[in-house]
Amino acid sequence: MGLSAFKRALWVFHVATGSCNGCDIEIVAALTPRYDVERFGIRLVGTPRHADVLLVTGPVTRMMAERLKRIYEQTPDPKAVVVVGGCGSTSGVFYESYNVVGPVDRIIPVDVYVPGCPPRPEAIIDGVVKAVAKLEKLGAKV
Amino acid sequence: MSGWLVVGQAALVLLGGGIVGLFYRGVDRKIAARMQARIGPPLRQPFLDLGKLLVKETVIPKTAVAWLFSAMPFLAVIASFTALLYLPWGPFGPVLEGHGDAILVLYLLAVPALAMALGGFASGSPLGVVGAQRELVMLVSYEFPLAVVLVALAWRLSTLGLGPAFSLGVLAQNPLWGAVGPLGILGLAILLVSLLVVTPAELAKIPFDIPEAETEIAGGLFVEYSGTYLALFYLADAVRTVVMAGLVVALFVPYGIAGPLGLRGAAAQVVDLLFWLLKVFFVMVLAVTTVRVGMARLKVDQIARGFWWRITALALGGLLLLVLDKVVMA
Ligand code: SF4
Repeated sequence: MGLSAFKRALWVFHVATGSCNGCDIEIVAALTPRYDVERFGIRLVGTPRHADVLLVTGPVTRMMAERLKRIYEQTPDPKAVVVVGGCGSTSGVFYESYNVVGPVDRIIPVDVYVPGCPPRPEAIIDGVVKAVAKLEKLGAKV
Repeated sequence: MSGWLVVGQAALVLLGGGIVGLFYRGVDRKIAARMQARIGPPLRQPFLDLGKLLVKETVIPKTAVAWLFSAMPFLAVIASFTALLYLPWGPFGPVLEGHGDAILVLYLLAVPALAMALGGFASGSPLGVVGAQRELVMLVSYEFPLAVVLVALAWRLSTLGLGPAFSLGVLAQNPLWGAVGPLGILGLAILLVSLLVVTPAELAKIPFDIPEAETEIAGGLFVEYSGTYLALFYLADAVRTVVMAGLVVALFVPYGIAGPLGLRGAAAQVVDLLFWLLKVFFVMVLAVTTVRVGMARLKVDQIARGFWWRITALALGGLLLLVLDKVVMA
């Protein structure tokens, strides 16, 4: 079976680490009939234990940093992290805020950045699909 | 029948049941997607999901009761696959005919639910515990109407004196619709409706998916399950759908079409088997797919009260009508 198994069956867990909710709504939009990510086998799951890909939105706030690390640890290998939105990539408009310790790649390793404020659903789907390439590279190493 | 033949048949049924279960899950998702004006996943999606889960890491949390946590997925799979062996497959009787009856199938259907609940309790996560408690509440809610339906049918069959009334094989060979009067037909229809309501609850599908409720308790029972163990639960769930739909078919619509079509021999068996698969599919679409797309999740107390008062009353009413029918007919 191998890691190519991930190509058409990717389960995604969504972590909001202090986002303004804009990115989160775009993620939900990707589930709607218009974009329908389920046709690529992508599914939003309710717990990191079921996930292959973590979708992280938002600059990481002081309170969320520890939780983000834990969620990353809880996700079974092989896994990939996709950051959605300008906040997660660079801390965006919250740059140098007193309660922000991000961006995300300062807390956990990130594989794909999806810029935009918020990015369009197409861009998010594209980012998740790029994460498959990373999962497959991991598989080649094993 | 020689021992090897039974083993061969059993292997065939188990393999076939697994494949049919997963395939039907794919069709179920496709139909649900089409109903929501989506394209939906390919039909082989459940196989892909399963394959992916098998290559994932399987985590056993430090706070979990490890042996219980890892034993339960196996128990769920074994119980649901065993139930397949007691199910009549269209023209073919149950493989283990005579070694267990409809009551055993009820228990085998309850075992995966119990296994999931125990697994949830053992997972060491508060969300898992909440999910497990809800699963148990559901179990005590729908078991009674389910038992009433079964007992009603078996009792009516026993009054006809056609052999062991609780045997699913006998139940399937003697559909009661023709044997009862108008009151009895009404009673049977009511029982059928209550069984169709119990079906999605038995399978923990929307609106009865409170034990999982992933938007609310993060996957509930399965919150800590990953990789291989999750794959096993996934498989057990798919097979349980076939068993439950097969039970509805065996109890209420066990008719074949080969006889009326004038077919005989192997052709008749093939046609009847296909027809049986179609009936199972139809029951699944009717009781699971359309309901899960059309409804939202109910609350725990709504489910418990609904089953205890409404559905139980409904099933008992059906039973009463069957009894009345017998009294009038006699
Ligand atoms: S990137 Fe923009 S839309 Fe997304 S969380 Fe940040 S501010 Fe909100």
